[in-house]
Amino acid sequence: MGANELTQALREALGDGIADVVVFRDEVTLNVPRERVIEVLTHLRDVQQFNMLTDETCVDYYPREPRFGILYQLYSIPRNIRVRVKVMLSEYDASLPTATGLYRNANWLEREIYDLFGIRFEGHPDLRRILLPPDWQGHPLRKEVPVTVEENAFTFNRERVDAEKPYATE
Amino acid sequence: MAIAEPPIRVEDSPLNQVKTEDVQLDITFEQLKRLVSPRALTGETMLLNMGPQHPSTHGVLRLLLELDGETIVSCIPDIGYLHTGIEKTAEGKTYLKVIPLTDRTDYLAPMSNNLAYCGAVEKLVGIDVPIRAQYLRVILMELTRMNSHLVWLGTHALDIGAMSVFLYCMREREMILDIYEAVSGARMMSSYIRPGGLWRDVPSHFPQLVQRVLDVFPGRLLEYEKLLKENPLWKERTVGIGKISAQDAIAWGMTGPCLRGSGVNYDVRKAQPYSCYDHFEFSVPLGSAGDVYDRYRCRMEEFHQSLKIIRQAMAKLPPGPVMTDDRKVAPPPKHEIAYSMESLIHHFKLWTEGFKAPEGEVYFAVESGKGEYGVLLSGDGSPKPRRVHFRAPSFHNLQPLGEISKGALLADIVAIIGSIDIVLGDVDR
Repeated sequence: MGANELTQALREALGDGIADVVVFRDEVTLNVPRERVIEVLTHLRDVQQFNMLTDETCVDYYPREPRFGILYQLYSIPRNIRVRVKVMLSEYDASLPTATGLYRNANWLEREIYDLFGIRFEGHPDLRRILLPPDWQGHPLRKEVPVTVEENAFTFNRERVDAEKPYATE
Repeated sequence: MAIAEPPIRVEDSPLNQVKTEDVQLDITFEQLKRLVSPRALTGETMLLNMGPQHPSTHGVLRLLLELDGETIVSCIPDIGYLHTGIEKTAEGKTYLKVIPLTDRTDYLAPMSNNLAYCGAVEKLVGIDVPIRAQYLRVILMELTRMNSHLVWLGTHALDIGAMSVFLYCMREREMILDIYEAVSGARMMSSYIRPGGLWRDVPSHFPQLVQRVLDVFPGRLLEYEKLLKENPLWKERTVGIGKISAQDAIAWGMTGPCLRGSGVNYDVRKAQPYSCYDHFEFSVPLGSAGDVYDRYRCRMEEFHQSLKIIRQAMAKLPPGPVMTDDRKVAPPPKHEIAYSMESLIHHFKLWTEGFKAPEGEVYFAVESGKGEYGVLLSGDGSPKPRRVHFRAPSFHNLQPLGEISKGALLADIVAIIGSIDIVLGDVDR
Protein backbone atom coordinates (compact mmCIF):
# COMPACT_ATOMS: atom_id res chain seq x y z
CA MET A 1 0.00 0.00 0.00
CA GLY A 2 1.50 3.28 -1.08
CA ALA A 3 1.75 6.56 0.74
CA ASN A 4 -0.98 8.08 -1.40
CA GLU A 5 -3.59 5.50 -0.45
CA LEU A 6 -2.76 5.85 3.23
CA THR A 7 -3.05 9.63 3.19
CA GLN A 8 -6.21 9.40 1.11
CA ALA A 9 -7.82 7.10 3.67
CA LEU A 10 -6.68 9.30 6.56
CA ARG A 11 -7.99 12.47 4.92
CA GLU A 12 -11.38 10.87 4.41
CA ALA A 13 -11.61 9.65 7.99
CA LEU A 14 -10.13 12.63 9.81
CA GLY A 15 -10.85 15.64 7.59
CA ASP A 16 -8.90 18.67 8.76
CA GLY A 17 -7.26 16.58 11.50
CA ILE A 18 -4.52 16.14 8.92
CA ALA A 19 -3.43 19.69 8.16
CA ASP A 20 -0.71 18.75 5.70
CA VAL A 21 1.15 15.71 4.38
CA VAL A 22 4.84 15.89 3.58
CA VAL A 23 6.60 13.08 1.72
CA PHE A 24 10.38 13.31 1.95
CA ARG A 25 12.69 10.44 0.92
CA ASP A 26 9.66 8.11 0.76
CA GLU A 27 8.76 8.85 4.37
CA VAL A 28 5.28 10.17 5.15
CA THR A 29 4.93 12.93 7.73
CA LEU A 30 1.45 13.97 8.81
CA ASN A 31 1.23 17.48 10.21
CA VAL A 32 -1.48 17.54 12.83
CA PRO A 33 -2.84 20.43 14.89
CA ARG A 34 -2.34 20.07 18.62
CA GLU A 35 -6.05 19.78 19.44
CA ARG A 36 -6.48 16.77 17.19
CA VAL A 37 -3.33 14.80 17.99
CA ILE A 38 -4.90 12.23 20.33
CA GLU A 39 -7.78 11.69 17.93
CA VAL A 40 -5.37 11.12 15.04
CA LEU A 41 -3.14 8.79 17.06
CA THR A 42 -6.16 6.80 18.24
CA HIS A 43 -7.36 6.43 14.67
CA LEU A 44 -3.91 5.37 13.48
CA ARG A 45 -3.60 2.80 16.24
CA ASP A 46 -7.09 1.31 16.18
CA VAL A 47 -8.16 1.61 12.54
CA GLN A 48 -4.89 1.75 10.61
CA GLN A 49 -3.14 -0.86 12.81
CA PHE A 50 -0.11 1.25 13.75
CA ASN A 51 0.41 -0.78 16.88
CA MET A 52 3.92 0.27 17.83
CA LEU A 53 5.23 3.67 18.86
CA THR A 54 8.79 3.31 17.66
CA ASP A 55 9.96 6.69 18.81
CA GLU A 56 8.74 9.99 20.11
CA THR A 57 11.00 12.98 20.21
CA CYS A 58 11.21 16.71 19.79
CA VAL A 59 13.06 18.91 17.31
CA ASP A 60 13.79 22.55 18.05
CA TYR A 61 13.29 24.59 14.85
CA TYR A 62 14.50 27.85 16.38
CA PRO A 63 14.24 30.64 15.15
CA ARG A 64 11.01 29.54 13.47
CA GLU A 65 7.78 30.10 15.33
CA PRO A 66 6.11 27.81 16.40
CA ARG A 67 9.50 26.39 17.20
CA PHE A 68 9.06 22.91 18.70
CA GLY A 69 8.04 19.92 16.62
CA ILE A 70 6.96 16.78 18.46
CA LEU A 71 7.52 13.76 16.24
CA TYR A 72 5.72 10.46 16.77
CA GLN A 73 7.34 7.70 14.75
CA LEU A 74 4.77 4.93 14.32
CA TYR A 75 5.17 1.46 12.90
CA SER A 76 2.59 -1.13 11.95
CA ILE A 77 3.80 -4.70 12.41
CA PRO A 78 0.93 -6.33 10.43
CA ARG A 79 1.18 -3.88 7.51
CA ASN A 80 4.94 -3.24 7.68
CA ILE A 81 4.77 0.52 7.07
CA ARG A 82 5.99 3.53 8.99
CA VAL A 83 4.38 6.92 9.38
CA ARG A 84 5.40 10.03 11.27
CA VAL A 85 3.03 12.41 13.03
CA LYS A 86 4.27 15.90 13.67
CA VAL A 87 2.79 18.51 16.00
CA MET A 88 4.18 22.03 16.09
CA LEU A 89 4.20 23.86 19.43
CA SER A 90 4.85 27.48 20.29
CA GLU A 91 7.53 28.32 22.84
CA TYR A 92 4.98 30.31 24.86
CA ASP A 93 2.48 27.48 25.11
CA ALA A 94 4.66 24.37 25.06
CA SER A 95 2.25 21.72 26.20
CA LEU A 96 0.19 19.00 24.60
CA PRO A 97 -1.89 16.01 25.74
CA THR A 98 0.00 12.87 26.66
CA ALA A 99 -0.03 9.72 24.53
CA THR A 100 0.59 7.38 27.48
CA GLY A 101 -3.03 6.21 27.30
CA LEU A 102 -2.45 4.92 23.77
CA TYR A 103 1.12 3.70 23.77
CA ARG A 104 2.60 2.65 27.08
CA ASN A 105 6.19 3.36 26.15
CA ALA A 106 5.30 7.02 25.63
CA ASN A 107 5.78 7.36 29.39
CA TRP A 108 9.57 7.54 29.45
CA LEU A 109 9.80 9.12 26.00
CA GLU A 110 7.64 12.03 27.13
CA ARG A 111 9.60 12.34 30.36
CA GLU A 112 12.75 12.60 28.26
CA ILE A 113 11.20 15.34 26.09
CA TYR A 114 10.07 17.19 29.21
CA ASP A 115 13.53 16.83 30.70
CA LEU A 116 15.52 17.99 27.68
CA PHE A 117 13.08 20.45 26.03
CA GLY A 118 10.75 21.55 28.83
CA ILE A 119 7.55 20.59 27.05
CA ARG A 120 4.71 19.70 29.39
CA PHE A 121 2.46 16.73 28.71
CA GLU A 122 -1.00 17.19 30.18
CA GLY A 123 -2.31 14.14 31.96
CA HIS A 124 1.06 12.37 32.14
CA PRO A 125 1.08 10.07 35.19
CA ASP A 126 4.66 10.69 36.29
CA LEU A 127 6.11 13.79 34.65
CA ARG A 128 9.53 14.38 36.20
CA ARG A 129 13.09 14.50 34.96
CA ILE A 130 14.51 11.22 33.77
CA LEU A 131 18.05 11.67 32.46
CA LEU A 132 19.20 14.78 34.30
CA PRO A 133 19.40 15.25 38.08
CA PRO A 134 16.15 16.52 39.64
CA ASP A 135 17.74 19.83 40.71
CA TRP A 136 18.99 20.68 37.22
CA GLN A 137 18.13 24.15 35.96
CA GLY A 138 16.89 24.55 32.39
CA HIS A 139 16.35 22.24 29.46
CA PRO A 140 19.63 21.63 27.64
CA LEU A 141 18.50 20.46 24.21
CA ARG A 142 16.87 23.81 23.48
CA LYS A 143 18.89 25.74 20.94
CA GLU A 144 19.52 28.72 23.23
CA VAL A 145 21.56 26.53 25.60
CA PRO A 146 25.19 26.61 24.44
CA VAL A 147 27.45 23.58 24.33
CA THR A 148 30.00 24.27 27.04
CA VAL A 149 33.05 22.47 28.31
CA GLU A 150 33.40 21.78 31.98
CA GLU A 151 36.98 21.65 33.17
CA ASN A 152 38.01 18.60 35.16
CA ALA A 153 38.47 19.46 38.82
CA PHE A 154 41.73 18.39 40.43
CA THR A 155 43.23 19.45 43.74
CA PHE A 156 45.16 22.35 42.24
CA ASN A 157 42.23 23.94 40.35
CA ARG A 158 39.30 22.77 42.37
CA GLU A 159 38.36 26.15 43.83
CA ARG A 160 38.48 27.92 40.49
CA VAL A 161 36.39 25.25 38.74
CA ASP A 162 33.95 25.16 41.60
CA ALA A 163 33.38 28.91 41.43
CA GLU A 164 32.21 28.55 37.82
CA LYS A 165 29.62 25.89 38.61
CA PRO A 166 25.96 26.88 38.29
CA TYR A 167 25.36 26.45 41.99
CA ALA A 168 28.10 28.94 42.98
CA THR A 169 26.35 32.04 44.23
CA GLU A 170 28.84 34.79 43.53
CA MET B 1 62.80 15.00 63.02
CA ALA B 2 59.41 14.90 61.33
CA ILE B 3 56.46 14.70 63.63
CA ALA B 4 53.64 12.49 62.39
CA GLU B 5 50.32 14.31 62.01
CA PRO B 6 47.74 13.28 64.56
CA PRO B 7 45.11 10.97 63.06
CA ILE B 8 41.73 12.48 62.27
CA ARG B 9 39.32 11.90 65.10
CA VAL B 10 36.12 10.12 64.25
CA GLU B 11 33.91 13.05 65.27
CA ASP B 12 35.88 15.38 62.95
CA SER B 13 35.61 13.17 59.88
CA PRO B 14 33.74 14.72 56.96
CA LEU B 15 31.08 12.04 57.06
CA ASN B 16 30.00 13.16 60.49
CA GLN B 17 29.55 16.74 59.31
CA VAL B 18 26.55 15.81 57.15
CA LYS B 19 23.32 16.91 58.75
CA THR B 20 20.11 14.99 58.15
CA GLU B 21 18.47 17.99 56.46
CA ASP B 22 21.31 18.02 53.90
CA VAL B 23 20.35 14.57 52.67
CA GLN B 24 17.94 15.05 49.78
CA LEU B 25 15.76 12.47 48.19
CA ASP B 26 15.84 12.78 44.41
CA ILE B 27 12.07 12.34 44.35
CA THR B 28 9.45 14.18 46.36
CA PHE B 29 7.21 12.34 48.75
CA GLU B 30 4.15 13.15 46.63
CA GLN B 31 5.80 11.65 43.53
CA LEU B 32 6.90 8.60 45.46
CA LYS B 33 3.37 7.96 46.72
CA ARG B 34 2.12 7.61 43.15
CA LEU B 35 4.74 5.01 42.29
CA VAL B 36 4.59 2.61 45.20
CA SER B 37 1.63 0.76 46.65
CA PRO B 38 -0.22 2.22 49.65
CA ARG B 39 1.17 -0.58 51.78
CA ALA B 40 4.66 0.95 51.57
CA LEU B 41 3.44 4.05 53.39
CA THR B 42 2.26 2.07 56.40
CA GLY B 43 5.51 0.16 56.57
CA GLU B 44 3.91 -3.14 55.63
CA THR B 45 6.22 -3.52 52.65
CA MET B 46 9.86 -2.54 52.50
CA LEU B 47 11.56 -0.13 50.12
CA LEU B 48 14.98 -1.30 49.04
CA ASN B 49 17.51 0.52 46.92
CA MET B 50 19.47 -1.51 44.37
CA GLY B 51 22.32 0.12 42.49
CA PRO B 52 23.53 2.29 40.80
CA GLN B 53 26.76 0.51 41.74
CA HIS B 54 25.73 -3.11 41.66
CA PRO B 55 27.40 -5.90 39.67
CA SER B 56 24.11 -7.28 38.34
CA THR B 57 22.64 -4.08 36.98
CA HIS B 58 25.05 -4.12 34.01
CA GLY B 59 26.29 -0.61 34.54
CA VAL B 60 24.83 2.26 36.47
CA LEU B 61 21.17 1.35 36.70
CA ARG B 62 19.39 2.11 39.92
CA LEU B 63 16.23 0.33 40.97
CA LEU B 64 13.89 1.24 43.76
CA LEU B 65 12.27 -1.99 44.85
CA GLU B 66 9.21 -2.41 47.02
CA LEU B 67 9.33 -5.80 48.67
CA ASP B 68 6.78 -7.88 50.48
CA GLY B 69 9.06 -10.42 52.05
CA GLU B 70 11.03 -11.58 49.05
CA THR B 71 8.33 -10.79 46.48
CA ILE B 72 8.60 -7.66 44.38
CA VAL B 73 5.50 -5.47 44.68
CA SER B 74 6.79 -2.67 42.49
CA CYS B 75 10.06 -1.86 40.80
CA ILE B 76 10.93 1.68 39.74
CA PRO B 77 13.97 1.98 37.46
CA ASP B 78 15.96 5.19 37.81
CA ILE B 79 18.21 5.98 34.87
CA GLY B 80 20.40 8.84 33.75
CA TYR B 81 23.60 8.09 35.64
CA LEU B 82 25.49 7.66 32.38
CA HIS B 83 23.89 10.56 30.52
CA THR B 84 26.64 12.21 28.49
CA GLY B 85 24.63 14.55 26.29
CA ILE B 86 25.61 12.84 23.05
CA GLU B 87 22.58 14.25 21.22
CA LYS B 88 23.46 17.80 22.23
CA THR B 89 27.12 17.34 21.34
CA ALA B 90 26.12 15.97 17.93
CA GLU B 91 24.32 19.21 17.08
CA GLY B 92 27.60 21.12 17.23
CA LYS B 93 29.55 18.80 14.94
CA THR B 94 29.62 18.18 11.21
CA TYR B 95 27.91 15.04 9.94
CA LEU B 96 31.17 13.13 9.74
CA LYS B 97 32.34 14.02 13.23
CA VAL B 98 29.20 12.59 14.84
CA ILE B 99 30.27 9.02 13.99
CA PRO B 100 32.69 8.60 16.95
CA LEU B 101 29.87 9.67 19.27
CA THR B 102 27.61 6.92 17.97
CA ASP B 103 30.21 4.31 18.96
CA ARG B 104 29.77 5.37 22.52
CA THR B 105 26.01 4.92 22.80
CA ASP B 106 25.78 1.15 22.69
CA TYR B 107 29.47 0.51 23.29
CA LEU B 108 29.15 -3.26 22.89
CA ALA B 109 27.89 -2.95 19.32
CA PRO B 110 29.73 0.02 17.77
CA MET B 111 29.31 -1.06 14.15
CA SER B 112 25.51 -1.30 14.39
CA ASN B 113 25.36 2.25 15.70
CA ASN B 114 27.72 3.47 12.96
CA LEU B 115 25.54 1.88 10.33
CA ALA B 116 22.29 3.26 11.75
CA TYR B 117 23.70 6.78 11.78
CA CYS B 118 25.46 6.54 8.41
CA GLY B 119 22.34 5.02 6.88
CA ALA B 120 20.33 7.99 8.09
CA VAL B 121 22.86 10.44 6.64
CA GLU B 122 22.90 8.54 3.33
CA LYS B 123 19.11 8.67 3.22
CA LEU B 124 19.01 12.37 4.05
CA VAL B 125 21.70 13.41 1.57
CA GLY B 126 20.83 10.76 -1.04
CA ILE B 127 24.06 8.76 -1.34
CA ASP B 128 24.42 5.39 -3.06
CA VAL B 129 26.72 2.86 -1.43
CA PRO B 130 28.85 0.46 -3.55
CA ILE B 131 27.84 -3.18 -3.38
CA ARG B 132 31.13 -4.36 -1.85
CA ALA B 133 30.74 -1.91 1.01
CA GLN B 134 27.20 -3.16 1.60
CA TYR B 135 28.36 -6.78 1.80
CA LEU B 136 31.20 -5.89 4.14
CA ARG B 137 28.75 -3.96 6.27
CA VAL B 138 26.56 -7.03 6.54
CA ILE B 139 29.54 -9.18 7.61
CA LEU B 140 30.58 -6.63 10.21
CA MET B 141 27.01 -6.18 11.44
CA GLU B 142 26.65 -9.89 12.05
CA LEU B 143 30.02 -10.05 13.80
CA THR B 144 28.84 -7.14 15.93
CA ARG B 145 25.65 -8.99 16.77
CA MET B 146 27.72 -11.96 17.90
CA ASN B 147 29.97 -9.65 19.90
CA SER B 148 26.97 -8.11 21.63
CA HIS B 149 25.37 -11.50 22.28
CA LEU B 150 28.61 -12.93 23.68
CA VAL B 151 28.84 -10.20 26.30
CA TRP B 152 25.15 -10.70 27.06
CA LEU B 153 25.53 -14.48 27.44
CA GLY B 154 28.61 -14.20 29.62
CA THR B 155 27.23 -11.59 32.00
CA HIS B 156 23.75 -13.09 32.09
CA ALA B 157 25.13 -16.49 33.04
CA LEU B 158 27.51 -14.89 35.53
CA ASP B 159 24.60 -13.12 37.23
CA ILE B 160 22.73 -16.37 37.64
CA GLY B 161 25.83 -18.16 38.90
CA ALA B 162 27.31 -20.01 35.93
CA MET B 163 30.73 -18.43 36.05
CA SER B 164 32.67 -20.46 33.50
CA VAL B 165 30.47 -19.30 30.61
CA PHE B 166 31.66 -15.75 31.13
CA LEU B 167 35.31 -16.74 30.72
CA TYR B 168 34.59 -18.72 27.54
CA CYS B 169 32.55 -15.88 26.05
CA MET B 170 35.28 -13.34 26.65
CA ARG B 171 37.75 -15.70 24.97
CA GLU B 172 35.59 -15.99 21.85
CA ARG B 173 34.87 -12.27 21.81
CA GLU B 174 38.59 -11.71 21.40
CA MET B 175 38.45 -13.18 17.88
CA ILE B 176 35.82 -10.61 16.89
CA LEU B 177 37.72 -7.75 18.49
CA ASP B 178 40.77 -8.84 16.50
CA ILE B 179 38.75 -8.37 13.32
CA TYR B 180 37.65 -4.91 14.49
CA GLU B 181 41.27 -4.06 15.11
CA ALA B 182 42.36 -5.36 11.72
CA VAL B 183 39.79 -3.34 9.80
CA SER B 184 39.58 -0.12 11.81
CA GLY B 185 42.61 -0.01 14.09
CA ALA B 186 40.48 0.12 17.23
CA ARG B 187 39.19 -2.79 19.24
CA MET B 188 36.00 -1.22 20.50
CA MET B 189 35.32 2.30 19.23
CA SER B 190 35.69 1.43 15.57
CA SER B 191 34.07 4.37 13.67
CA TYR B 192 34.69 2.27 10.59
CA ILE B 193 31.46 2.79 8.67
CA ARG B 194 31.22 6.19 6.99
CA PRO B 195 28.48 7.92 4.98
CA GLY B 196 28.95 6.57 1.48
CA GLY B 197 30.70 3.33 2.36
CA LEU B 198 33.57 2.33 4.58
CA TRP B 199 36.63 4.17 5.83
CA ARG B 200 38.90 1.94 3.70
CA ASP B 201 38.90 -1.54 2.28
CA VAL B 202 39.48 -4.48 4.59
CA PRO B 203 43.08 -5.77 4.90
CA SER B 204 44.25 -8.78 2.89
CA HIS B 205 44.10 -11.17 5.86
CA PHE B 206 40.47 -10.28 6.61
CA PRO B 207 39.09 -13.47 4.97
CA GLN B 208 41.38 -15.63 7.13
CA LEU B 209 40.27 -13.84 10.30
CA VAL B 210 36.59 -14.30 9.43
CA GLN B 211 37.23 -17.90 8.41
CA ARG B 212 38.70 -18.54 11.85
CA VAL B 213 35.47 -17.33 13.44
CA LEU B 214 33.42 -19.48 11.08
CA ASP B 215 35.55 -22.56 11.81
CA VAL B 216 35.84 -22.21 15.57
CA PHE B 217 32.43 -20.89 16.49
CA PRO B 218 30.04 -23.79 15.80
CA GLY B 219 32.02 -26.02 18.14
CA ARG B 220 32.13 -23.38 20.83
CA LEU B 221 28.40 -22.82 20.55
CA LEU B 222 27.91 -26.53 21.22
CA GLU B 223 29.97 -26.10 24.39
CA TYR B 224 27.75 -23.28 25.59
CA GLU B 225 24.66 -25.34 24.85
CA LYS B 226 26.10 -28.24 26.83
CA LEU B 227 26.72 -25.94 29.76
CA LEU B 228 23.33 -24.27 29.87
CA LYS B 229 20.60 -25.55 27.55
CA GLU B 230 19.49 -28.58 29.54
CA ASN B 231 21.15 -27.59 32.80
CA PRO B 232 18.45 -28.10 35.50
CA LEU B 233 19.80 -25.24 37.62
CA TRP B 234 19.73 -22.88 34.65
CA LYS B 235 16.21 -23.94 33.68
CA GLU B 236 15.03 -23.57 37.27
CA ARG B 237 16.19 -19.97 37.25
CA THR B 238 14.90 -19.01 33.80
CA VAL B 239 11.83 -21.01 32.70
CA GLY B 240 8.61 -19.18 33.48
CA ILE B 241 10.44 -16.17 34.98
CA GLY B 242 9.87 -12.62 33.75
CA LYS B 243 7.03 -13.36 31.36
CA ILE B 244 5.68 -10.72 29.00
CA SER B 245 2.90 -11.33 26.52
CA ALA B 246 3.12 -10.47 22.83
CA GLN B 247 0.57 -7.64 23.09
CA ASP B 248 2.33 -6.09 26.06
CA ALA B 249 5.72 -6.34 24.40
CA ILE B 250 4.40 -4.49 21.35
CA ALA B 251 2.60 -1.89 23.45
CA TRP B 252 5.83 -1.20 25.34
CA GLY B 253 7.76 -0.83 22.09
CA MET B 254 10.10 -3.71 22.82
CA THR B 255 12.17 -4.91 19.88
CA GLY B 256 14.84 -7.46 19.13
CA PRO B 257 15.09 -10.79 20.93
CA CYS B 258 12.90 -9.43 23.77
CA LEU B 259 10.00 -9.04 21.34
CA ARG B 260 10.75 -12.21 19.39
CA GLY B 261 10.98 -14.19 22.61
CA SER B 262 7.27 -13.44 23.03
CA GLY B 263 6.58 -14.82 19.55
CA VAL B 264 6.22 -11.62 17.50
CA ASN B 265 7.92 -11.97 14.15
CA TYR B 266 9.47 -8.55 13.71
CA ASP B 267 13.04 -8.18 12.57
CA VAL B 268 14.12 -5.03 10.73
CA ARG B 269 16.46 -7.10 8.57
CA LYS B 270 13.48 -9.03 7.19
CA ALA B 271 10.73 -6.41 7.42
CA GLN B 272 12.55 -3.49 5.84
CA PRO B 273 15.85 -4.83 4.51
CA TYR B 274 18.79 -2.43 4.43
CA SER B 275 22.33 -2.91 3.14
CA CYS B 276 21.52 -5.94 0.91
CA TYR B 277 20.09 -8.10 3.71
CA ASP B 278 17.55 -9.35 1.18
CA HIS B 279 20.37 -11.08 -0.73
CA PHE B 280 20.89 -13.61 2.03
CA GLU B 281 18.93 -16.52 3.35
CA PHE B 282 18.36 -16.68 7.05
CA SER B 283 15.49 -17.29 9.42
CA VAL B 284 14.26 -15.33 12.41
CA PRO B 285 14.16 -17.45 15.58
CA LEU B 286 10.99 -17.00 17.60
CA GLY B 287 10.09 -17.93 21.15
CA SER B 288 6.62 -18.54 22.48
CA ALA B 289 6.43 -18.12 26.24
CA GLY B 290 8.13 -14.73 26.45
CA ASP B 291 10.09 -15.70 29.55
CA VAL B 292 13.79 -15.44 30.35
CA TYR B 293 14.49 -18.87 28.87
CA ASP B 294 12.84 -18.07 25.53
CA ARG B 295 14.76 -14.83 25.19
CA TYR B 296 17.91 -16.84 25.89
CA ARG B 297 16.99 -19.40 23.25
CA CYS B 298 16.29 -16.69 20.64
CA ARG B 299 19.70 -15.17 21.08
CA MET B 300 21.45 -18.53 20.99
CA GLU B 301 19.72 -19.36 17.70
CA GLU B 302 20.71 -15.95 16.34
CA PHE B 303 24.36 -16.95 16.68
CA HIS B 304 23.76 -19.71 14.15
CA GLN B 305 21.85 -17.39 11.81
CA SER B 306 24.63 -14.80 12.00
CA LEU B 307 27.20 -17.43 11.06
CA LYS B 308 24.99 -18.47 8.16
CA ILE B 309 24.77 -14.90 6.86
CA ILE B 310 28.52 -14.33 7.21
CA ARG B 311 29.25 -17.55 5.34
CA GLN B 312 27.01 -16.51 2.43
CA ALA B 313 28.37 -12.98 2.33
CA MET B 314 32.00 -14.15 2.34
CA ALA B 315 31.30 -16.56 -0.49
CA LYS B 316 29.62 -13.90 -2.61
CA LEU B 317 31.78 -10.92 -1.59
CA PRO B 318 32.09 -8.85 -4.79
CA PRO B 319 35.20 -6.88 -5.75
CA GLY B 320 35.14 -3.16 -6.34
CA PRO B 321 35.32 0.11 -4.46
CA VAL B 322 34.13 0.44 -0.86
CA MET B 323 33.40 4.16 -0.98
CA THR B 324 31.08 6.13 -3.20
CA ASP B 325 32.80 8.17 -5.91
CA ASP B 326 30.60 11.18 -5.14
CA ARG B 327 33.33 13.64 -4.18
CA LYS B 328 30.85 15.89 -2.41
CA VAL B 329 30.59 13.43 0.46
CA ALA B 330 33.55 11.07 0.12
CA PRO B 331 37.17 12.23 0.37
CA PRO B 332 39.19 11.79 -2.83
CA PRO B 333 42.03 9.25 -2.79
CA LYS B 334 45.42 10.68 -1.83
CA HIS B 335 47.03 10.12 -5.23
CA GLU B 336 44.26 12.09 -6.94
CA ILE B 337 44.96 15.16 -4.81
CA ALA B 338 48.47 15.31 -6.24
CA TYR B 339 47.38 16.07 -9.78
CA SER B 340 43.75 17.23 -9.65
CA MET B 341 42.87 20.74 -8.51
CA GLU B 342 39.22 19.77 -8.02
CA SER B 343 40.17 16.89 -5.75
CA LEU B 344 42.23 19.25 -3.64
CA ILE B 345 39.29 21.62 -3.33
CA HIS B 346 36.98 18.75 -2.40
CA HIS B 347 39.49 17.55 0.16
CA PHE B 348 39.65 20.95 1.83
CA LYS B 349 35.91 21.54 1.67
CA LEU B 350 35.21 18.14 3.21
CA TRP B 351 37.66 18.37 6.09
CA THR B 352 36.98 21.99 6.97
CA GLU B 353 33.34 22.68 6.25
CA GLY B 354 31.90 19.21 5.73
CA PHE B 355 29.12 18.30 3.33
CA LYS B 356 25.72 19.90 3.44
CA ALA B 357 22.49 18.00 3.93
CA PRO B 358 19.09 19.23 2.81
CA GLU B 359 16.28 20.41 5.04
CA GLY B 360 14.06 17.59 6.24
CA GLU B 361 13.73 14.63 8.56
CA VAL B 362 14.54 10.99 8.00
CA TYR B 363 14.34 7.91 10.17
CA PHE B 364 16.62 4.96 9.53
CA ALA B 365 16.60 1.80 11.61
CA VAL B 366 18.85 -1.24 11.77
CA GLU B 367 18.47 -4.45 13.73
CA SER B 368 21.27 -4.27 16.28
CA GLY B 369 21.95 -7.09 18.72
CA LYS B 370 19.56 -5.55 21.22
CA GLY B 371 16.71 -4.55 18.93
CA GLU B 372 15.71 -1.81 16.57
CA TYR B 373 18.39 0.86 16.68
CA GLY B 374 17.00 3.87 14.87
CA VAL B 375 18.34 7.32 14.13
CA LEU B 376 16.01 10.24 13.59
CA LEU B 377 18.00 12.87 11.77
CA SER B 378 16.82 16.38 11.07
CA GLY B 379 18.87 18.45 8.66
CA ASP B 380 18.61 22.22 8.21
CA GLY B 381 20.60 22.75 5.00
CA SER B 382 23.88 23.38 6.83
CA PRO B 383 26.82 20.98 7.34
CA LYS B 384 25.67 20.28 10.91
CA PRO B 385 22.56 18.35 11.90
CA ARG B 386 19.71 20.23 13.52
CA ARG B 387 18.82 17.26 15.64
CA VAL B 388 20.07 13.69 16.00
CA HIS B 389 17.93 11.39 18.06
CA PHE B 390 18.97 7.84 18.80
CA ARG B 391 16.10 5.41 19.20
CA ALA B 392 17.92 3.24 21.68
CA PRO B 393 16.62 -0.33 21.95
CA SER B 394 17.83 -0.68 25.54
CA PHE B 395 15.81 2.38 26.59
CA HIS B 396 12.60 0.85 25.26
CA ASN B 397 13.35 -2.67 26.47
CA LEU B 398 14.18 -1.49 29.99
CA GLN B 399 11.00 0.53 30.42
CA PRO B 400 8.63 -2.39 31.12
CA LEU B 401 11.00 -3.81 33.76
CA GLY B 402 8.63 -2.70 36.53
CA GLU B 403 5.79 -4.49 34.77
CA ILE B 404 7.73 -7.68 34.03
CA SER B 405 9.20 -8.08 37.49
CA LYS B 406 5.94 -7.57 39.40
CA GLY B 407 5.35 -10.60 41.56
CA ALA B 408 8.78 -12.08 40.90
CA LEU B 409 11.25 -12.92 43.63
CA LEU B 410 14.09 -10.58 44.51
CA ALA B 411 16.67 -12.98 43.07
CA ASP B 412 14.75 -13.14 39.77
CA ILE B 413 15.19 -9.45 39.04
CA VAL B 414 18.84 -10.19 38.31
CA ALA B 415 17.84 -12.85 35.78
CA ILE B 416 15.27 -10.52 34.20
CA ILE B 417 17.70 -7.60 33.80
CA GLY B 418 20.20 -9.98 32.26
CA SER B 419 17.64 -11.37 29.83
CA ILE B 420 16.50 -8.00 28.48
CA ASP B 421 20.15 -7.21 27.69
CA ILE B 422 20.60 -3.53 28.41
CA VAL B 423 23.64 -1.34 27.97
CA LEU B 424 23.43 1.78 30.06
CA GLY B 425 25.35 3.84 27.53
CA ASP B 426 22.47 3.13 25.19
CA VAL B 427 19.76 3.83 27.77
CA ASP B 428 21.15 7.18 28.92
CA ARG B 429 23.01 8.35 25.79
